[in-house]
Amino acid sequence: MEVVQRYIYSDTELDRTESEAIEALKENSQQPIPDPDRWLDEELERNILLTSLDTILDWARRSSLWPAICFPACCAFELIAANASRFDLSRFGMEILRASPRQADLMITAGTLTWKMAPQVKRIYDQMAEPKWVIAMGACGISGGIFRSSYNVVPGYNRIVPVDVYVPGCPPRPEALIHGIRMLQNKIAKEHTNIKLSPL
Amino acid sequence: MTVSLSAWDVANQIKEQFPDAVSEINDQAILVRSESLFEVAQYLKNRPELNFDYLNYISAVDYFDYFELVYQLISINHNHSLILKTRCYGRDNPTLPSLVSLWRGADFQEREIYDLIGITFKGHPNLKRIVLWDGFQGHPLRKDYL
Repeated sequence: MEVVQRYIYSDTELDRTESEAIEALKENSQQPIPDPDRWLDEELERNILLTSLDTILDWARRSSLWPAICFPACCAFELIAANASRFDLSRFGMEILRASPRQADLMITAGTLTWKMAPQVKRIYDQMAEPKWVIAMGACGISGGIFRSSYNVVPGYNRIVPVDVYVPGCPPRPEALIHGIRMLQNKIAKEHTNIKLSPL
Repeated sequence: MTVSLSAWDVANQIKEQFPDAVSEINDQAILVRSESLFEVAQYLKNRPELNFDYLNYISAVDYFDYFELVYQLISINHNHSLILKTRCYGRDNPTLPSLVSLWRGADFQEREIYDLIGITFKGHPNLKRIVLWDGFQGHPLRKDYL
């Protein structure tokens, strides 16, 4: 009886492919890769940029707002649409939704919040590192919306977290959300950094 | 396509076994007394010709005079279904037997009914609120809640 051949590649074949790959890589790696900044001349490298501390910090903060993933209800889909290719939130430097609140500085409260869920949302806010901002997105985020009189709905996120910008709508369109984020950026641009420098 | 069994035929089979269990029959559903609910459900599950091995849902309705519970049963083996109902009188401490020991799917649904309607299920292994928090006053899906 004939033995069925089970292997597509034999061991010797695999060894040979590997050695060929290594030889090819070694062949192409005889010289060190040049420094990509080497084209800069010495004069340009020694240039210095002068600005105020407020301006540079606010610029850095407002240009990299990273939202925490905390979307309790249906407004999340507008947020997802705003993030996706058609509306493309990443044009403003905030395309990365962070699953860890410690890496996020913006909370977009997309959706109805129940009292059962409220402690968890508060906890996520508390875990976010300073400085942090909150956008109340949609009617439910602002005031509880149509569920305001319900026994289990938080009437507005500002009952549990401080809110910076309110974006109305049920749900708001992605353009409205992007406009809200731009307003928050304008707000951040006006902030003052209070760093106490010790006198010389 | 799932065939819905004739309630009259199934009720006759139940009556042979438990003469007092069935209190009302119509084309869609069988209404059984709450005292014999567990025995009837056990019979419906274990009898090979019926073999209702899957509980689709439990639903509770508040009719002011009584609470009515609707059990939708299907048999995956025979591909047929049946609606079983029972009533529970009194608003202060309504009690029904738990069906968790027959169908594990009843677990969360009975907890939800306990939470929102306020019916106690005797024999439930972990009867506590599921949607609302412990210590909430009242049962919000009752018609007189406000």
